Amino acid sequence: MDRNENFLHIKHLYNRAGFGISYPDLHQLSRKKRSKVVDALFNNKEPAANLQVLSQDEFLAQQSLLATLGAKKEQTPEEKQQREDITKARNEKSRDLNISWLQQMMATPNSLLEKMTLFWHGHFACRANQPFYAQQLNNIQRNNALGNFKTLLIEVSKSPAMLDYLNNQQNRKGKPNENFSRELMELFTLGRGNYTEMDIKEAARAFTGWTYNKTGEFEFNPRVHDEKQKTFFGQTGLYDGEAIIDLILAKPETATFICRKLYVFFVNDTPNESHVKELAGYFYAQQYDIAAVMKKLFTADWFYAKENTGNKIKSPVEFLVNLSREFYVTYNKPQVLIQLQTSLGQYLFNPPNVAGWAGGKNWIDSSSLMLRMKIPSLVLNDGVLDFNGKADPEDEAVIALNRRAKPKPVKSYVNAKANWEKFLADLPKDMKQAELAAFLLQPAVGQKISDLVSANVNLKNTAIAVTSMPEYQLC
Amino acid sequence: MKRRDFLKNAAFAAAGTLFVPAFMKPFEALALDELSLHKNLVVIQLSGGNDGLNTVVPYGNDIYYQMRKNIAIKPQDVIQLNDMQGLNPNLNCLRELYDQGWMSVINDVGYPNPDRSHFRSMDIWQTASDSNQYLSTGWIGRYLDSNCATCNSPYTAIEVDDSLSLAMKGSSKKGIALKDPAALFRNTNEPFFREMINGDKEHLNEDNLGYLYKTMIETSSSANYIQNTSKIYQPNYTYPSTAFSNQLKTVSKFICSGLKTRVYYVSLSGFDTHVNQNNQQGRLLQQCAEGINAFIKDLQQNNKLNETLVITFSEFGRRVAQNASNGTDHGTANNMFLFGGKLKKQGIYNPAPNLANLDNGDLKYQIDFREVYGTILEKWLDVNNGQVLNKRFNTLDFI
Repeated sequence: MDRNENFLHIKHLYNRAGFGISYPDLHQLSRKKRSKVVDALFNNKEPAANLQVLSQDEFLAQQSLLATLGAKKEQTPEEKQQREDITKARNEKSRDLNISWLQQMMATPNSLLEKMTLFWHGHFACRANQPFYAQQLNNIQRNNALGNFKTLLIEVSKSPAMLDYLNNQQNRKGKPNENFSRELMELFTLGRGNYTEMDIKEAARAFTGWTYNKTGEFEFNPRVHDEKQKTFFGQTGLYDGEAIIDLILAKPETATFICRKLYVFFVNDTPNESHVKELAGYFYAQQYDIAAVMKKLFTADWFYAKENTGNKIKSPVEFLVNLSREFYVTYNKPQVLIQLQTSLGQYLFNPPNVAGWAGGKNWIDSSSLMLRMKIPSLVLNDGVLDFNGKADPEDEAVIALNRRAKPKPVKSYVNAKANWEKFLADLPKDMKQAELAAFLLQPAVGQKISDLVSANVNLKNTAIAVTSMPEYQLC
Repeated sequence: MKRRDFLKNAAFAAAGTLFVPAFMKPFEALALDELSLHKNLVVIQLSGGNDGLNTVVPYGNDIYYQMRKNIAIKPQDVIQLNDMQGLNPNLNCLRELYDQGWMSVINDVGYPNPDRSHFRSMDIWQTASDSNQYLSTGWIGRYLDSNCATCNSPYTAIEVDDSLSLAMKGSSKKGIALKDPAALFRNTNEPFFREMINGDKEHLNEDNLGYLYKTMIETSSSANYIQNTSKIYQPNYTYPSTAFSNQLKTVSKFICSGLKTRVYYVSLSGFDTHVNQNNQQGRLLQQCAEGINAFIKDLQQNNKLNETLVITFSEFGRRVAQNASNGTDHGTANNMFLFGGKLKKQGIYNPAPNLANLDNGDLKYQIDFREVYGTILEKWLDVNNGQVLNKRFNTLDFI
């Protein structure tokens, strides 16, 4: 294969399987065979880096203090204060958790793993008030991101965050709550049209007794479990939750549903059903081995076809991480990253609902696009952000307590620093403006962009201009 | 006869309704634009779950006082509307509007199987979905998508804010968010931005890149249109100096300058009053009432009140009983306010909440919020509501 073509393919691979690639790495890897480069992505020997903003000990100490306070009928002013402090600390930890993950994506050498975690974060979408549970679920998604889908599914289903979010704590013998059972089939495995309302009801009964205890661990409670026979997919048996999951995975439709979602996330907004079928058959045959199916996806020739390159709208998180990695950006006041996520419509750990972020064109409206085009000059050139966005609905109680209708609009400096020396040192000495544009952009650089950047006096200005273009929104 | 005159006569012949004969469909937009009264909808979102029972107080019901020992509004403080319900004293500014017949209250608006999470319930209200359904488009967005005669320009819906709410996002069309028309105008007229949208139009056909360019072009033309149309209008009404009033002042400027926008969206947040509710809610209600009072009187002075309908909503009401912290927790059905010069049923639209017949301590809804939306869509925005709400809802009689 010609070197130039390989250069473009590896760049595409690293954009989709990760969050971009530096010029020297790209230069070096483009000498290798494409399949070898894909293999190397999967041979990362480093263990998954768990998020760790809240330790189990801290969490348990907080829980026991809350339990003591909750047991009292009347609370002294000091005790009330303690309670408020706990809530405050919890909200702060939730923000820390968000930032810590975003920064991990910006720094990690194993970006495939973080990208996969981001995929599962949207697939098993969940909101948890308790940051310890949110962290736990995120680590489950990371540790199994390239593992086996069945293990991932079971661990997610047993996590306190999900049990809570989908009301399985309230799912008891004689009083079933169908929320988890419904989303399990509709959104996590089969997709609509592959099960009946009756299947949902029966499966809900099988999951009765799946709860978690005060220490934040899964616990099966036989006293509220419905032990009677259930009829599921037309078969009758004494099914428990895991048996139901086995029956769901035995249906090839589950493999198809997951592969279609992978395809939309990694390849193209519009799924090509014959490619999806190819992946699904393999996924099923490999018994839901995620790494295997991803390797197949990244080595398929169609993955590198013209219609599948430079045409996906980056999600806000991909956009921010991509930009930050590209220019080695450090954020002196990382809270601004939260403001940017909410303004752009993807606040990690806070998906709009259990269906996750809709993605694709849904990311873009006039204001989000204007902001995206402005962010490079804010981040790379230390500009002022005069954009407030809206409060997250879950923060309303905090706003109410702060006695202000809305946080006062303050002009804030993004206060980020790009490492221009390093970025520029990475580039070939005699690099032309248009060549830099072609490196930074995934869509092909046409005459207009070449003309636009050719007037720039230096590569730094070109980089800021190019990253402010609509073309930079695509990968 | 000129075609335009013919259209005019034909449309009038249809008894003043908006009915246009089928053979004239291609000209429908033109005919409506020129002949129909331009109607505006202003949506006011109260975020956080406003406590409806301390907003419109059921002061004639003993249960209310039994269940809210510390936070009930005393009968002598209530602004009485009838012998059962009255307004929170902080809404004093609304009394004048109420007396003029420019205000209605709809009690107990909600939906089946209510969700008590802020996020989820707001999602449901903004997308007009069922409580177990997940939609990625909003109800106003789908109104834009419907391509009806009243919604054919990119600036049909404006949110006075930095970012666009889900309610305003359709699948092919979206509203526009702006806080300050002059700032957006400046941004879209920067040389860099202009250069990007000028020149070759080839990529407009490409899937996602084309979409990005189209969004930029539309943003730019909307910014120009909004700025150039609204800058000639000099506001002459004094508003209170709160952020909320400023949003309404901007909306008034747009309406009074004759912008062809149909839907405006503003919001006020902070209503999640779990602790010491009365101070916080009182302050917000006052801000809200003062802003609305100024807005309505401003529109009246400019002869725009008859073409404007204002609605308020919140993602849920709060529980009937207070909690131990002199606040209230998340509940279900809630009241909505309507303002305008063309209200059909002024005052209180339907019976007060029944506090003796609760669902687990929460109000049962009398009216599905999608019937309210459906009524507005059909009777105000002239579009079949089934097309926007995915199934047809009965219409009510408030406009």
